Amino acid sequence: MISKIAWKNTWFKPLNTFLSIVLLTASVSIISILILLQKQFEEKFSSSMDNIDLVLGAKGSPLQLILSSVYQIDAPPGNISYTEAEAWMNKPMVESAVPLAYGDNYLGYKIVGTTENYTKHFGLNIQQGTLFAKDFEVIVGSNIAANIGLKIGDTFFGTHGDVEEGEVHDHHAYKVVGILEPSGKVADQLILSNISSVWHMHDHEHEDHTEEAHVHAEGEIHHPHEGKEITAVLLKLRNNMAKMTWPRIIPQNTEMQAASPALEVNRLFALFGVGISALTYLAYGIMFISGISIFVALYNMLKERRYEFALLRITGATKFQLLWLVLLESIFLCTIGFILGIVFGRIGLYFLSVSSQEEFKMAFDPFEFLWKEEEMLFLATLSVGILAAIIPAIKAYSLNISKTLANA
Amino acid sequence: MIKTQNVTFSYSATQKFHFPDIDCPNGQTLLITGNSGTGKTTLLHLLGGLLQPNAGNITINNQDILQLNAAKLDAFRGQSIGMILQKSFFIEALTVLDNVVLASWIAKKTKAKEKALSILDNLGLKDHVHKLPSQLSIGQQQRVNIARALINNPSVILADEPTSSLDDENALIVARLLSDLAKEYQSSLIIVTHDQRLKSLFNHQITLS
Repeated sequence: MISKIAWKNTWFKPLNTFLSIVLLTASVSIISILILLQKQFEEKFSSSMDNIDLVLGAKGSPLQLILSSVYQIDAPPGNISYTEAEAWMNKPMVESAVPLAYGDNYLGYKIVGTTENYTKHFGLNIQQGTLFAKDFEVIVGSNIAANIGLKIGDTFFGTHGDVEEGEVHDHHAYKVVGILEPSGKVADQLILSNISSVWHMHDHEHEDHTEEAHVHAEGEIHHPHEGKEITAVLLKLRNNMAKMTWPRIIPQNTEMQAASPALEVNRLFALFGVGISALTYLAYGIMFISGISIFVALYNMLKERRYEFALLRITGATKFQLLWLVLLESIFLCTIGFILGIVFGRIGLYFLSVSSQEEFKMAFDPFEFLWKEEEMLFLATLSVGILAAIIPAIKAYSLNISKTLANA
Repeated sequence: MIKTQNVTFSYSATQKFHFPDIDCPNGQTLLITGNSGTGKTTLLHLLGGLLQPNAGNITINNQDILQLNAAKLDAFRGQSIGMILQKSFFIEALTVLDNVVLASWIAKKTKAKEKALSILDNLGLKDHVHKLPSQLSIGQQQRVNIARALINNPSVILADEPTSSLDDENALIVARLLSDLAKEYQSSLIIVTHDQRLKSLFNHQITLS
């Protein structure tokens, strides 16, 4: 019955409660978005990093190399010679090596030339069809298949570069031969072909060259890839020593660099961390303000409701029941604010996910629940409510009924 | 049944009240009159256990209420004393019916909904039970107060100026209603008032000075 009064009171003067609830909702939704974003971001980054000890690529920013090769976010720093890279790929310390050659995109989705090793390395399974066997055969990631409706047997022309509006390569069409199972990794957003597809697509422009050049290429049987370029190589090493030394040795001896994803991603998280904690402090600040707003609302209400409290007391309510009534109203407010905040946070993350998927090909799951973190958030919200209500509640508890009634 | 002996009370060293003894058996009505400042409301609050006297005894149903600790007094008040106040106070967010039922829940932990409906019906409020108190006229509100005071079959009904905000006709109706209900429920009814209109209605009167 006390809770019924508290509940009815919450809605009896909706304007009083509106501000408190809006502020609470805002802070809870911001915090819950941040919690989810950070967790899912780190998860996405870490899961793609699985099994990659070093990335071989052109000299330049190591972070850029990692972002472009492992996460397919940034443009690559440049190309490297396949022959030069092969020398390192074939070293005995290398457990597996995945070469990557970027060239084209289709409707903004990158077409990556690679080998079978890519699917093995990331544990990708083919849902339908087969792996690419010949030039210009591709397998597509599950998101692409779902988003643009590519099916096995479909053909399409790639666009040069990594932007949708580039020059169309209409000499060779790519043909879809397989579709990958959803993996939650970047492969969901990729189109994979063999490396020579990428080379041939771009060689085509030089096909009118003299017979001489052609002969020259045929003569190089032992080095069929000589002069060809790739973008990067993902390496898994057997030897911890190599993990430590290669990043130093390689740039000294070659035109390449070797970057460690773990190191670079940690650097990136550290950068993000600052922004995320700033936003989190802001959100807790808003929560603090909503606490003040609840306090003011309850405190003002005490004045007009002291007769209600006196009435409850003369019908036999104990002091403690009045204390509980005031606390309960605040707890209700906070619970409503928390639930709305979680809901709005989810909606916000959904829209964020839609736009980040368009821009970065990175999707977030708004329906994931992080029970532990969100439970903590609920407890924090509740404590704000209880702290805000404690003074008004004590005032209600120690109300002098006789005086209140005599002055009515 | 309510009895007092030698009750004294003071708000400060200079202002001291010595109240006449009261003895009001079940079913009877006692009118306490007096000018402002003579301690009418103070006496009523003492009888209701809202104030503690400096000395004396207050016995309700053979229970000396001054012997009860705070929690027991709250419970006793809820079960044995029905108070009707000068102004009508309600839990504004609850309906008329819920306001009356609330009193039974607080005192006895049971929701006497049927009983509340029958009392409200008795008082001519049948059509208003699901309204909010603020939607009722002052006379109707006062009757809801009466219903709330009666819901727990109290031994004593304490009424503080129950008629002062009502017009002549309604004042007489409410006063008669109260004394009739006190007889019906076998409660002692004590009315403190400065309302001259009530003096001719009741035989038992005490005047404070």
